[in-house]
Amino acid sequence: MENNKINVALIGSGNIGTDLMIKALRSEKINPVWMVGIDANSDGLQKAKNAGLKTTHSGIDGLLEHIEADNIKIAFDATSAYVHGENNEKLQKMGVKVIDLTPAAIGPFCVPPVNLEQLVNANEANVNMVTCGGQATIPIVAAISKIQAVDYGEIVATIASKSAGPGTRKNIDEFTRTTASAIEQIGGAKKGKAIIVMNPAEPPLMMRDTVHCLTAEEPDQQAITTSILAIIEEVQKYVPGYTLKNGPVFDGNRVSVFLEVAGLGDYLPKYAGNLDIMTAAALRTGEMIADQLAETDHSTGDQ
Amino acid sequence: MNLNGKKIILHDMCLRDGMHAKRHQISLKEMISLATALDQAGVPLIEITHGDGLGGASVNYGFPAHTDEEYLSTVIPLMKQAKISALLLPGIGTVDHLRMAHELGVSTIRVAAQCTEADVTEQHISLSRELGLDTVGFLMMAHMLEPQALLKQAKLMESYGANCIYCTDSAGYMLQDDVYSRIKVLRDGLKPETQIGFHGHHNLALGVANSLSAVDAGADRIDGSAAGLGAGAGNTPLEVFNAVCTRMGVETGVDVFKLMAAAEEIVVPMMEQPIRLDRDSLVLGYAGVYSSFLLHAKRAAKKYGVRSEEILMELGRMKTVGGQEDMIEDVAINLRNAQG
Repeated sequence: MENNKINVALIGSGNIGTDLMIKALRSEKINPVWMVGIDANSDGLQKAKNAGLKTTHSGIDGLLEHIEADNIKIAFDATSAYVHGENNEKLQKMGVKVIDLTPAAIGPFCVPPVNLEQLVNANEANVNMVTCGGQATIPIVAAISKIQAVDYGEIVATIASKSAGPGTRKNIDEFTRTTASAIEQIGGAKKGKAIIVMNPAEPPLMMRDTVHCLTAEEPDQQAITTSILAIIEEVQKYVPGYTLKNGPVFDGNRVSVFLEVAGLGDYLPKYAGNLDIMTAAALRTGEMIADQLAETDHSTGDQ
Repeated sequence: MNLNGKKIILHDMCLRDGMHAKRHQISLKEMISLATALDQAGVPLIEITHGDGLGGASVNYGFPAHTDEEYLSTVIPLMKQAKISALLLPGIGTVDHLRMAHELGVSTIRVAAQCTEADVTEQHISLSRELGLDTVGFLMMAHMLEPQALLKQAKLMESYGANCIYCTDSAGYMLQDDVYSRIKVLRDGLKPETQIGFHGHHNLALGVANSLSAVDAGADRIDGSAAGLGAGAGNTPLEVFNAVCTRMGVETGVDVFKLMAAAEEIVVPMMEQPIRLDRDSLVLGYAGVYSSFLLHAKRAAKKYGVRSEEILMELGRMKTVGGQEDMIEDVAINLRNAQG
C-alpha cells in the first residue's frame, strides 16, 4: 500500500511541524519523506531522523534538489509568515502543492468542514490554514451564518502558555488579523474580531474557544443549534477532543458557543489542542489533495 | 516611613480603568469635564481608552459609547499641561491601533501583558519606542510571579525598548510587603534610567498603603483614579493618595483641593453604582481574581440565578487571567447546572 501514498515534505521543525509529522506517519494517504529545519539540534529534526525521515537543517534550499528524485508532491510549511513567501515561490516553481500553516495567507483560507472540498476542486496551488483559533471557531461562525446573516463574529481563544511557541508570541498581531479576516471570508460574518489570551496556569489548561455572533435578525434558535451540532461532529472526525462545553446561548441577537479543544497528545500533551486543531486540519487538507492527485495519476495511467 | 523629598508622577485611570465600572459608557461630555478638571489640578498623565485598552470594543468586554478615536481626538486638543496615555493589550489590540493613537497625539503607550507573557509585547513596545513615545511595559496580575521571575519578564520589556516598567496589581491581591519586594527587585535589577511604576486596586483597602510601599521601594509613577473610579473596588483613590503624599512631603505637583473637587463634584456623580469594597470586590482581592471581572460576574449571576461571589471564587480556582471574560458566563452556566 505504501506505493499508493503521496510523498510529502514537512518544512519547519517546531511544535507544529513535529506534531504534524507524528500524525502524518499514521496517514494512509500521505507519506512524510522529508523534514526541513534550520537548527541541526532541534528536537523536531531529531525526532524526524529517528522516525526514518530524511532531514536537512539548511532550510528550504536543502530540500529543493531532492524534490524530483523523491517525488514530493505536497509540502506543509510550518515556519513563519516571514519565510513562507520565499518557500512558497520555490516550491511552486517545482510544481509542489503547498499547505501553509503560517499566518502568511498567500493562498485562500482553508477551514476543512467549511470549504476544503471547494478548494481541492479548484485545484489551488497554495492553501492557508488560518490559525489555531480560526480552525477552532470558524466552523461555528459558518454554521450560524449558513442559517442567517451574521453582522458580527467574534472569537476568544485561550491557550496554555506552554503551548505557544516563540513564533506565535513574536507575531501575535498576525494571529488577530488573520483570524479576524478569515471569520469574515470563511465564517461569513460581515465583521470579524479575534482575541487571543495566553494563560500560564499549572497544570496547563485545555485550549478554550468562545464564539460570539450577533445575527442581523432575531436568531432561529432551533435551526442554529442543529447546524452547530452538525458541524461540531464534522470537526470531531479529525479532532476527537473538540467539544461543546456550553451553549449555544441565545441572548437577544447574540449567539455564544463555548468550546474546549483537547489534543491527542502526540507531540505536546493533550492540553495543547491548539496544536492539534491546526495539524489535524492541515493533515486532512493534505490527504484530500493527495486523493485528488492519486486520482489524476490513476486516470493518466489508464489512458 | 520617610518619603520626604521624593518626587513622583501621578497617572489618573478614571477614563480607562473607570470604563470598567461604567460599562465602557462614559460620554464625551463626561470625558471632557473630568479630563479638563484633572488637567487644571495638575495631574500630569491621564489614561484614555476602552477599559481593555485600544481595540477593546467587543462582545466579550463590552462595546463602548464611543470609539477610542473619538475619545482621544476629543480630549487631547483640550489639554493644557496633561499628557494622554493609551493602554494596549497585545492579543486584543494591534500595532494598527497603536499607530492610530500616536497619530491622534498620545504621549504614552502602555503595553500590557499577563506578567508571565512579556514576550508577546515585542512588536508593540519596539514600535512605540520607534515612534518616540513614552513607552511603558505593564506587567499585569503581578502577584502571580515572585520578584525575581517578575524582573526577568521586566527585563524582556526593557530590552524591547520600554522606558518604564509597571508592577500591576490587577487583582488588588498584594499586601504591602508583596509590593515592596517586587518594586525593590525591579528598581535594583533594571537600568537606572528605567522608571518603575505601580498600579493598585483597592480590593483589600490597601490601594494607598501599597502605593506608599511602592514609592518607598523606589517607584517613580503611581496609578490611581479620582474617587477610585476603576474596576473592582476601584483603583487607588488618587485624591486621597495625593493628600497623603503632600502630608508626607512627597512631591506630586498636583493640587490637593482641586483634585478633591474633581473627585467629589465630577467623578462621584458619574458613578452608576457606588465604587466601594463590597463582598464581590473583597473576593477579588482575597482570591486574586482580575478586577475587571466584577460587573460581568454580577450580570451573569443575575441572569443565571447563581451567586456572583461563587462565580468569582471559581474563576480564581481556574487561575483565569485578564482577558478571559468569556469564562464568566461559562462558569455561571456550570454553577446553574450544578444546582439542578
